[in-house]
Formats: sequence, structure tokens, C-alpha cells
Amino acid sequence: MSTAVLTEPATAPAEHRPSKPKGRLGSIGFHLGSLAVLVVVLYPGVWTIASAFKERSQIVGSANPFTASPTLDNFRTALSGIAGISFWQFFGNSLVLAVLSVLTVVVSSAISAYALARIRFPGRDLWFALMIGTMLVPAHVMLIPQFIVFQKAQLVNTLVPLLIGKLLATDAFFVFLMVQFIRSMPRELDEAAQVDGAGHTRIFWSIILPLLRPAIATSSIFAFIWSWNDFLGPLLYLKKPDMYTLPLALRLYLDQTTTSDYGAQIAMAVLALVPVMLIFFVFQRYLIEGVATQGLKG
Amino acid sequence: MTAPTLVKARRRRETAAGYTFLSPWLLGFFLLTAGPMVASLYLSFTDYDLFSDPEWIGVENYTKLFADERFRHSVTVTLGYVLLATPLKLAAALGVAVLLNGRRKGQGFYRSAFYAPSLIGASVSIAIVWKALFGTEGAVDEIGQFFGWNSGGWVGNPSLSMPMLVLLSVWQFGAPMVIFLAGLKQVPAELHEAALVDGASRARRFWSITLPMISPVLFFNLILETIHAFQIFNSAYVISGGNGSPAGSTLFYTLYLYMRGFADLKMGYASAMAWLLAIAVAVLTLIMFRSSKSWVHYGGDQS
Repeated sequence: MSTAVLTEPATAPAEHRPSKPKGRLGSIGFHLGSLAVLVVVLYPGVWTIASAFKERSQIVGSANPFTASPTLDNFRTALSGIAGISFWQFFGNSLVLAVLSVLTVVVSSAISAYALARIRFPGRDLWFALMIGTMLVPAHVMLIPQFIVFQKAQLVNTLVPLLIGKLLATDAFFVFLMVQFIRSMPRELDEAAQVDGAGHTRIFWSIILPLLRPAIATSSIFAFIWSWNDFLGPLLYLKKPDMYTLPLALRLYLDQTTTSDYGAQIAMAVLALVPVMLIFFVFQRYLIEGVATQGLKG
Repeated sequence: MTAPTLVKARRRRETAAGYTFLSPWLLGFFLLTAGPMVASLYLSFTDYDLFSDPEWIGVENYTKLFADERFRHSVTVTLGYVLLATPLKLAAALGVAVLLNGRRKGQGFYRSAFYAPSLIGASVSIAIVWKALFGTEGAVDEIGQFFGWNSGGWVGNPSLSMPMLVLLSVWQFGAPMVIFLAGLKQVPAELHEAALVDGASRARRFWSITLPMISPVLFFNLILETIHAFQIFNSAYVISGGNGSPAGSTLFYTLYLYMRGFADLKMGYASAMAWLLAIAVAVLTLIMFRSSKSWVHYGGDQS
């Protein structure tokens, strides 16, 4: 199975159906079942977004997401920030980290993946197996020595500890994704270039990289979202509130406000999710194909 | 130059190119993965607080761990979570994937909508939402009351805080579902048609055709989700306020590791915990791989 199989559009005319069309009754059952699941899956999201527009006192104790008197107060409070730092500062911190994560992940993973997919050299299969193996190792085994080293090197409160792993392609998910993608490309292309005297740098740059675009897109989206949502990394390495990313700011907010004041907390949680949801709406196909490919190759 | 030397020179160039291109990952592997793994193995045999030099104490951390009641408690909590959340999530994923399978109108929409929670489920935002939804007088409590069940809120109830986090995990069934759907697509329609001619029921076809055909995908999901479940941290940390409350019911392994390592600065102790986790996960993965020979079928069209 190659990635190409999965990039066929989901709405393509059905040549062979996995099962026979089940007629109208089957169709009603399908939609009823799916809608029931949809209600359960979407309820927390709908409730959250709606609650952000409710008056503070109305949020708790109300399963009904809708209110007669929507207000923007919660958003005003949330945007005013915490501890004298504005919401937009946290937003900017998250954004800078996420964008740098995307750049470092894509560059390092593409280069490493090219070696594993297209160059024949002794030890390659062993490195490939080790790379897959790292996916099975809990991150906690590396966490403590890494923290000690970064602490001793006085790199706490810099972005170095959060980005160096990405610069060095330690997340095997991305390398693996790109290896699979490059392997599915026809070899004739680089063989022809080789005959013309092109070296690996040229082949990588002018043949593989342009064709790798879909895998780069998928990786970029995941790298962005994972960085955006990352909590443990910033929790360990960013100690100054003005460097906080949004997840840290949210937690600070949670600690500083009383539990009954869900209004601003939820408004801020919603604001923090907006970029992720926007990316999801625009690029959902890349995301879902990335996940599917990963599974089929495992 | 003779032909063999040319070949040799070419091979040497290829090797140099291979290692040059692989160098980002190689450096990362040695500096950030393998090196730290060895270092934490060493640290696990020491007493180390980040400021004075590590002091070799042999297996003391390990013997202390087994006598540490909170450690044993965190193991119980985590195993309970893994054993509950993983099968439920996979069952939901497979069930919905089977429901969605086939080219019906709207399939793409449902698939995307169901996948969305997987992207945000582990975020701090959703932890806050979960806390509000399941809190005292929260929406879930209110729905419970409608059916005559006064839960008093799940967040503060030691016997409900774990089911609450299990539900959060099941809510993220979308990612394994997408993988199941991709697997289901590869099941040849002829098999089902032949079985249909033979008069096999829907349940029979599921057990005898679908399940064996997608067993590699099921196996992959099982491994991935199990490893994932062991490492739950964000939601437990945020919802419990960082201490596994109420009554230690959400004192997950990784949370306790974080508390000992980064709050108490017991780096040796925490390293021993980390290694025990890695060993447990490795042993479990190995057992799953061994058992897979008897239930995972790799069909003909796998490349």
C-alpha cells in the first residue's frame, strides 16, 4: 500500500464498493447512527463556544448551550491578560514557537528521510529500525538528563530546549512519514537525473523536494498543532511569565481565578483553540491522509 | 582507473552522502535520545538533586520505589486507566469506522468531524473545558440529574474522576478511527460478496472477514494507543491542579514522576521511575508482538 492509494479523493466515483449499497433503509440507519455520534462528539465543543458568550453566572449548572443574553464580557476579560501580560503576548509567544517548530521539523526530517529512502549505504536498515524503535520509547526516559544539561547550560528560558529536538529530527513520526512518501515516488526520475550527472544534493533539491510537498504540508500542520498544544515542554523550560505560551498562560489563569469564574477561563480556552480549528478546517484532508498513511504502513 | 575501483569510489561517495543527509537525525539520536537514555539509567542508581554531585547508591532507588505507597498507587491508577481507556477508545473507533465505511454521501464530513477532537483533546484548553463540564453542577452533572442521578460533580469525586478522564480519551477516538477506515477500504469487496452468496450474516462476516482482514491495522492501533495511554499527563495535571487529586485518584505515573523529579528535585528517583516505565512499555509491546503471530493476519496485497 502506498501513499498514492490514499491520496485518491474520498468522493471519487465508486468503482468497487466495499459492500453493496444498502438502499434507503441502510442510508437512514447510516445517517441516524452518524448523527447520534456527531451530537455526542460535538457537544463539548458547542457547549464551550456557547458558554464563552454567556454571563459568568449562567455557565455552570446549564447543560443547555444557548442563552438569551449573549455577552462579550468573557472575551474582554480574557484578552486583558494575566499578571500584567496581555493575551496577545502569550499568543505571539505560541506563534513564534510553532512557526520555528514547523521550519525546523520540515527541514531536518526531509533531509534525514531522503537518506533513508533513496541513498544506499551500509547501516541504513539498522538506523531505520532504530528510528522506528524510538517511537516506542516513553519521552520520560530522556526528559531528566535533557533537563539537567539544559539547566546547566543555562538554556532555561530560551527556546533552545524546545527547538533543538526538532532541528535534529528526533520525532520519528515526521521522518517516517516522509520516508514512506519518498519511497512511493517513481525511481526513474532520480535515475534519469543520475545519468545526467546530478548528485544527491541536486536530486534532493530539484526532484524529491518539489514532489514531497504533500508530505511537507502534512508534517507542517502536525508540527504546528503539536507545538501549539505542547504543555510539558514549556512547563519545564519557560519559567518567566512573559515567555509563557498559551497553554502555560491558561494554567496560570486557572490557578489565579476562583473555580466559579469559568467565564474568562473558557473564553481564553476558546481563543487558544481558534488557530488549531482554523488549520483543521482548511487542511483537514492533509491531516487525515497523514494519519491514515501512518497506520497502514505500521 | 579500473572498473572495480570506480565502483568502490562510487560506493564510498554514496556512504558519505548517506551519512551526511542522515546527520540531523543521527545527531539527534545520539545527543537527545540514546545519550540521555544511558544517562538516566546511570542516574537511576544515584541520589541527585541537580546541585550537588550525583551520589552512587546502587539499587536503593528501586527498592525504595517498591516500598513507596504512592508509587504503587500511581501504578494501579495508570494500569487501570490503560486497561479501561485503550479498549474502549479502540472499540468506539472500530465501531464508528464500520458505520462510516462504504461510499455514502456525507462520509467525508462525519470522518472530519469525528477526527477533530483528536487534535485538541490533550490540550490545556480541553482540560479546562472538561473540568467545567464535569464539575459540580456542571453540564454533565445536570444531565445526570435529569435522569435522576445526582453525581455531585465528577471532578471532585475520587470514584468518578478516573471515568471522566477515560471519557476524555474515548472522545478522541477519531485518530484510530481514521486508521481503521483506511484499513477497511482495503478489504476486497469480493470476499464479502462471496460470503453473502453463502448466506453469512452481518455479524458472521464481521468476525470472519472484516476483523481478520484489518487485524494488522488493529494491532498497530493497539500498540500506539497503549503506549499513548501510559503517558497521559496534560489533562491529569491541569484537572487535578498538578497533584493527582481528589484523593490521589488521578495520580498518574507520569504525574508522580514529574512531582518527584521536578518539584522535589529527586532526579535519581525520577530516573528510576522513568526506566521502569520504559521497561514496562517495552515488555508489554513485546508481549503484544509475540501474541500477534496468532491473531494478526498479513494478507497477500501487503507490500
